[in-house]
Amino acid sequence: MHDSKTTIALEVNEEPVEVAFAPHKTLLEVLREDLGLTGTKHGCELGECGTCTVLLDGTPVLSCLVLGLACAGRRVKTVEGMADRGTLHPLQEAFAELGAAQCGYCTPAFLLASEALLAANASPSRDVIKDALAGNLCRCTGYIKIYEAVELAAARMRGEDASPAAESLYGYE
Amino acid sequence: MGTSKKTATERRPSELRVVGRALRKVDATSKVTGATRFADDLFLPRMLYAKLLRSPHPHARIVSIDPSAARSLPGVKAVLTGPDLPIPFGILPVSQDEHALALDKVRFVGDPVAAVAATTEEIATQALDLIRVEYEPLRAFPNAIDAVEHADPAIHDYADAGNIHKLIDLEFGDVDAGFRDADLVREDLFFFEGSTHLPMEQHAAAADWSPPPGGRLTVWSSTQTPHYVHRALAKVLELSPARIRVIACPNGGGFGGKSDPFSHEIVVAKLAMVTGRPIKITLTREEVFYCHRGRHPTLMWVKTGVKQDGAITGMHFKSLLDGGGYGSYGVASTYYTGALQTVTYPVPRYKFQGARAFTNKPPCGPKRGHGTPQPRFALEVHIDKLAEQLRMDPADLRLKHLVPPHSVTANWLRIGTMGLGRCIEKVVSGSDWKRRFKQLPYGQGIGLACSSYITGAGLPIYWNAMPHSGVQLKCDRGGGVTVFCGSTEIGQGSDSILAMIVAEVLGLDPAHIAVVTGDTDLTPVDLGSYSSRVTLMTGNAAIQAAERARDLIAPHVARKLEVPERRLAFADGRVFDVEQPEHGLGFAEAVQLAEAAEGTVGTVGSYTPPRSPGRYRGAGVGPSPAYSYSACVALVDVDPATGIVRVPKIWIAHDVGRVINAASVMGQIEGSVYMGLGEALMEEMAYRGNRKVVHKIPSLLEYKSPTTLEMCDVVTYVVEDPDPNGPFGAKECGQGPLLPVPPAVANAVYDAVGVRIDEVPITPEKVFKALRRKEKGEDPRFGPTHFPDIPWPEPTCVPPPWEGGDGGAVEGGKGRQRAPEAARP
Repeated sequence: MHDSKTTIALEVNEEPVEVAFAPHKTLLEVLREDLGLTGTKHGCELGECGTCTVLLDGTPVLSCLVLGLACAGRRVKTVEGMADRGTLHPLQEAFAELGAAQCGYCTPAFLLASEALLAANASPSRDVIKDALAGNLCRCTGYIKIYEAVELAAARMRGEDASPAAESLYGYE
Repeated sequence: MGTSKKTATERRPSELRVVGRALRKVDATSKVTGATRFADDLFLPRMLYAKLLRSPHPHARIVSIDPSAARSLPGVKAVLTGPDLPIPFGILPVSQDEHALALDKVRFVGDPVAAVAATTEEIATQALDLIRVEYEPLRAFPNAIDAVEHADPAIHDYADAGNIHKLIDLEFGDVDAGFRDADLVREDLFFFEGSTHLPMEQHAAAADWSPPPGGRLTVWSSTQTPHYVHRALAKVLELSPARIRVIACPNGGGFGGKSDPFSHEIVVAKLAMVTGRPIKITLTREEVFYCHRGRHPTLMWVKTGVKQDGAITGMHFKSLLDGGGYGSYGVASTYYTGALQTVTYPVPRYKFQGARAFTNKPPCGPKRGHGTPQPRFALEVHIDKLAEQLRMDPADLRLKHLVPPHSVTANWLRIGTMGLGRCIEKVVSGSDWKRRFKQLPYGQGIGLACSSYITGAGLPIYWNAMPHSGVQLKCDRGGGVTVFCGSTEIGQGSDSILAMIVAEVLGLDPAHIAVVTGDTDLTPVDLGSYSSRVTLMTGNAAIQAAERARDLIAPHVARKLEVPERRLAFADGRVFDVEQPEHGLGFAEAVQLAEAAEGTVGTVGSYTPPRSPGRYRGAGVGPSPAYSYSACVALVDVDPATGIVRVPKIWIAHDVGRVINAASVMGQIEGSVYMGLGEALMEEMAYRGNRKVVHKIPSLLEYKSPTTLEMCDVVTYVVEDPDPNGPFGAKECGQGPLLPVPPAVANAVYDAVGVRIDEVPITPEKVFKALRRKEKGEDPRFGPTHFPDIPWPEPTCVPPPWEGGDGGAVEGGKGRQRAPEAARP
């Protein structure tokens, strides 16, 4: 319980970082408690809900199950690293536009899982999106606005001039 | 727009510039960048961490507690036990039955017993193991029927009878006469299993205390109801409310689960006072299951008489709620299981008997739909069965018998607008109901159900004459406007509603409106984010404050422009002459004129719901300024070999009165369908069946909730039937659309495979068992078979409006409301 701290160097949101922490700490704890990056949330700290998802070398991981020590020399991306110099990432933009973030607590995790999906597949079908996000729980949205936001962002990232369907925002006639 | 003296609800949509649009929520950017600060995101200098020791016994007397070893652990700053916080509290005035830390006995596995403050969470956790508690276990009550049948040992020292916390018996007309008039009388039994809110955010609270003299306490919490936390802290800590500031952090999901004042909020405040340091507590997911306050497991019996055409002649409804270890909102929940049966289809004579039992499980309370999804499930499946017996299409039966708008029900609820007919038509045509019902291949089915929900409780929890919602408005000379309101943003979009409504009335861009909410030091009281009250109540208060600001500014602009005040319009960020729109001023300049003449430009607005016509004891639960309506059709695939039910698609239509933010309305409806689907198919609070009454599955993995792979497609229709009591006509949409989903799924399962599952969740096991019974020629059904004998009190008899009543009880005023009843929703 009173381990002395260990220092590691890693890259967080494209910046080199050195951080000292007790060696039993998870990446989730290191991010939130030692690096002040509270954008990464937690819903169980047992690897069940996906709420703490971050990207480790580009791959979504549950930061509550990854030891901080295991991240030495690696690249971590959190929600704080998504916007570029004050401009929202297309996924962030689409989530905001469609109301895909209600309480917003699971949102950082969905954004990062979606970013990894779109990096691997620029035109995912609805079923592929569902599969990719099946490990992330959301209690507010019923996931529908999240799928629509991922599809909207994907279209825009492919260079299409896309906007939300009227039925998404106003319902069916 | 404009200074038109028409009230907001009379405005035609074409005149609306902000209301009705799909706008980004005011907090959308901070939510998608991770900048929103939830309670556990607070890290204060010198902050300590708190942990709670919880009971391992469902029911036991505390013989002794020895915290000495914990106190001497290095890093531990304080240990509290029950006697440190001896004053009871609870959300309802009639059930102040909780202690922050158990005083003499524990009532469920997870009941808090002691608390530790330490320099780290690890040390605090370690210290819990060093607290020695000696318990004398008592007989535990695992369910409501057991508690009804055994009075000894009593779980609480107060109850209406034995371990029955609350007993209700209300009669609106002679139901037996109604049954005699009927062509068909049918009885059914139903069970709705308990479920929990499962917000993704674990509850957290932080506290800071500045020592005397002038000592002030600040508590941050993931609460939906900062006003009630404020009250509870003042009571238990014996501090003046004037020295307590409660800040409701944005909630990472609430759904009713963060509406009670909680042990951990009081404990963390006391620990800040005792240690003189800021302190935070974050519950583990397991502890969130123990906080619970979720859906009451409810056993129901319903008997209805109908004419050949489906007209109801009388209804008798009984419910038995499994309340868990404490009162919570339970008295109100019990009334709610009998309140809204009358607001969809006319029920000329109605009798309701409700009972809530104490049991040794985490307390139940208000979950989305509060006490009404259970009876709605029962009623809508019951009506499906009646329709079949009458050989009527269940959609036609409902369409033929709709409660008229602007009417009063048998139990004296005043209905405003009523868009259910249009909702039914939308889902019937959208789902191709007429060509699918009873015509799909075996294994596929389609089912329909309807519902209604309150738009805010008509009466406050603490009866008083003050407004339910208050808004302050500050107009800045730069043209910005700040709205201050005690409402709590729980993800439903309430902050955005305030900005949009003020922007609409003052003709501003919503981005120019700043919103400050949920802070008892800064904002006027709003009672909280519960009972779907916020849009209607804060919206009306905001309209009043904004109209007053407009009226304060307008004379000065009129003088400057030399036009009559009545010709001024506020729109597009300007104040101008409607007859020469180019003749006008920017809003900032208009504010400056007013400020120069009158001083700082600020106004207030508030809202109190209209008085309900019901005047009997119990009439406090059910009245609302407006009722929303929903209709739902569910399509199911049932695998007869396994009993597995899949729901590929749901059509939902919801009468929201008037859309304020279209994107939020869609999100609320889809989210409600999702949560209803979870309750229909999989969600349940399960306990080990032995006397230990241990929660079986306090984890997100084992408590099954729908993932992306189970969630269905949703086709949403938004119906607008503006209600005169709503802001611009708006009614609720955050809870109502959940209600019809479980019965629609159950009715669809029957259409698919011909078995009735009269119990949710509709698990494969239940479907499979019912199919086996069908094969054997037995009753093709799964569900309860027995409603226990309950010592009902003498009924309170209230003649319905059409029998000449005045809304009060008869027989010399027996049951008539004498003093303000404290237990209200």
